[in-house]
Amino acid sequence: MPAAPLPLEIRDLSKSFGGRAALAGVSLTIAPGEILGLLGPNGAGKTTLVRSVAGRVRADGGSLRIFGLDPFANQARSVRGWVPQEIALYPLLSPRENLWTFGRYQGLSDGALEGGIRRSLDWIGLADRADEKTDRLSGGMKRRLNIAAGTIHEPRILLLDEPTVGVDPQSRERIYAMILELRASGVSLLYTTHYMEEAERLCDRIAIIDNGRVIASGTKDELVRNTVGGRETLVVEATAPLPAALAQELIGRGGQVDGATARFSVQAAGDEIRGLLERFHAAGVAVRNLTLKSPTLEQVFLQLTGRELRE
Amino acid sequence: MILAVAKNRLFNLRRDRAAFVLAFVLPVAFFSIFAGIFSGSGRSATGRIPVALVDEDGSENSRRLVAALRAEAGLDARTAPATEKAEKNPAPLPPYTAASAEQAVRAGDVPVAVVIPKGFGERPFSFSPGGAETRPTLRVLADSSDPIAPQVLQGLLQRAAMTALPGAMARGGMAEVDRWSGGLTAEQKARMDEALRSIEAPPPPGQPEAPPRARSGSGGLVAVDVRDVVGQAKRNPTVTFYASALGVMFLLFSATGAGGALIEEAESGTLDRILSTRVSMTKLLLGKLVYLAVIGVAQLTLMFLWGWLLFGVELVPHLPGFLVMTVATALASSAFGLMLASVCRTRMQLVAVANLSILLMSAVGGSFYPRYLMSEKLQRFGLLTINAWAIDGFQKIFWRDAPVWSVWPQVLVLLAASAVFLVIARRVAAKWELA
Repeated sequence: MPAAPLPLEIRDLSKSFGGRAALAGVSLTIAPGEILGLLGPNGAGKTTLVRSVAGRVRADGGSLRIFGLDPFANQARSVRGWVPQEIALYPLLSPRENLWTFGRYQGLSDGALEGGIRRSLDWIGLADRADEKTDRLSGGMKRRLNIAAGTIHEPRILLLDEPTVGVDPQSRERIYAMILELRASGVSLLYTTHYMEEAERLCDRIAIIDNGRVIASGTKDELVRNTVGGRETLVVEATAPLPAALAQELIGRGGQVDGATARFSVQAAGDEIRGLLERFHAAGVAVRNLTLKSPTLEQVFLQLTGRELRE
Repeated sequence: MILAVAKNRLFNLRRDRAAFVLAFVLPVAFFSIFAGIFSGSGRSATGRIPVALVDEDGSENSRRLVAALRAEAGLDARTAPATEKAEKNPAPLPPYTAASAEQAVRAGDVPVAVVIPKGFGERPFSFSPGGAETRPTLRVLADSSDPIAPQVLQGLLQRAAMTALPGAMARGGMAEVDRWSGGLTAEQKARMDEALRSIEAPPPPGQPEAPPRARSGSGGLVAVDVRDVVGQAKRNPTVTFYASALGVMFLLFSATGAGGALIEEAESGTLDRILSTRVSMTKLLLGKLVYLAVIGVAQLTLMFLWGWLLFGVELVPHLPGFLVMTVATALASSAFGLMLASVCRTRMQLVAVANLSILLMSAVGGSFYPRYLMSEKLQRFGLLTINAWAIDGFQKIFWRDAPVWSVWPQVLVLLAASAVFLVIARRVAAKWELA
């Protein structure tokens, strides 16, 4: 019995605009009920990739299938939802009217449409403001409505393009909860973001894209293990600037010294911490604070691309 | 799906009060101004021509000519300027002189003046080839910006002279016969004199002098009887003209304005979202066309209803023809608006292009004044506009009482234009479809 088609399957996808390759052979998949994060600096090809999956860009080469369907087919449009980065709503219309519009455009009608509108308004917490003009809502409310407009038809795969941009922390938490609810209901999600902590918190797997290619993909632990390794960062803060002799010795051991602070990349943290503290004590330097940091995606990204994620 | 797109636009219109006012209140207000100006103007689109009369002769014949001109239905002839209507008991102003009449024409108070020179009454007519140099000449002072008034006045002057001065005309004719025949005999002259005396004899006491016949040509050399075959029972024909003329112009403006929503959707990312759903670009444009056409029909219906209620436009007897022309005009205007919106890249660009093209089309197409007043070349050029075909169709229905089927050329052209504009819009809108 053949395996069920994956929610998203991309192989060697390529696309050029005016001679510049926006996608240069991208390959990735999304499993059912999985959140795949897509990280990459500006100009890496994230938007082109998302728009290709959304059926707005026709690739020059490779293949892209949504549950085994052509992304431009009506069937694919029915199972796919897209939440663009812009607040793509009608500002003069109310939330109810916006949901009616996009529900109808997705083919819902009559009872299914009315039910979808009611359910969506309750889900995003705007039932009591359903008939106000959308342009009077707060940024967080508009973002939630933006998500609802892309999910009213209960898609099986959802594309979210930076859904929390410009949103206050409270609203962001609410949106995270909505996304996790979607995953719990079996929806697969492709999630692009500039915020590392979002990717670490929400995504089951992360794909890092740069120069139109996926340069690494996997869970956070896999990415860390394969790039920066198991090394952690140890930060020692003294009560006073370090003596020159001690600073020279620490630099010679691979550390970075900045006034009263020294940083080290350590493998077996326990042994190295004991050794360092003994050196500080021997030099007569009191330690004010000691911090051990696990590798972050930011470090993974920096190592892989040589750039910060938010430049 | 197409109706869903149309309904979405209706939601927007309902919520946008400014757009609602521009779509429905402004055209009616504009039409009311024009209707108020032209209502009750009677049969003539140009009205009676004001004329300043100066009688420097003061003879019996010149006085008869003045009376005949004042009785002409097509003229508002005065020997003195009109007094201010606001004054309770206005003092009569002094009669026109040649100088003051010329000043009145220069100031734009009247478009034309006639000066009857001294000596006119003695020899008003001349039948000899060289007579123009010897007889006194009526002077017509005209404003060259009005090509119609002097032409009309010259024709009416000749008629008034012939009907008001039959005796003088007969004497002049007899003098020529006497000269060219080698001389009438005494008996012939006596008979002629007797006939002239009966022509020139005053009416018996108690019987008023018959006024000069100013309408039909029964007093002229050739018997003429004028009978209106079109519009003899029409009220306010000019109002009906402007209902359609201004209506189509405002339809074009509101269609391009509303069509600009396409540009806003593209800029806001909403269009991107729409095209990722089950709505294709073709369905989106058709939905917008349906919406714009429905609004266009509503706009024209409102204007004609308003004209019917307030200005006596005869809507009810012409309902079938009105509906056919309204739908065809609304479709053509809507498709034009969508085409412009697709071609332009920004709202500002759309406003500039729309204003220029619609004003040009409206001027040449007859929305500001009837095309029959234009040169032949301009009239032909006007046929390139939606305005001309729409106005012609409405005029056929409302002015000429033509049957509905007779507007098939106008409807065909308007529907063909709709199709062409829509195809262009679809092709150009492809720029938004896919990268």
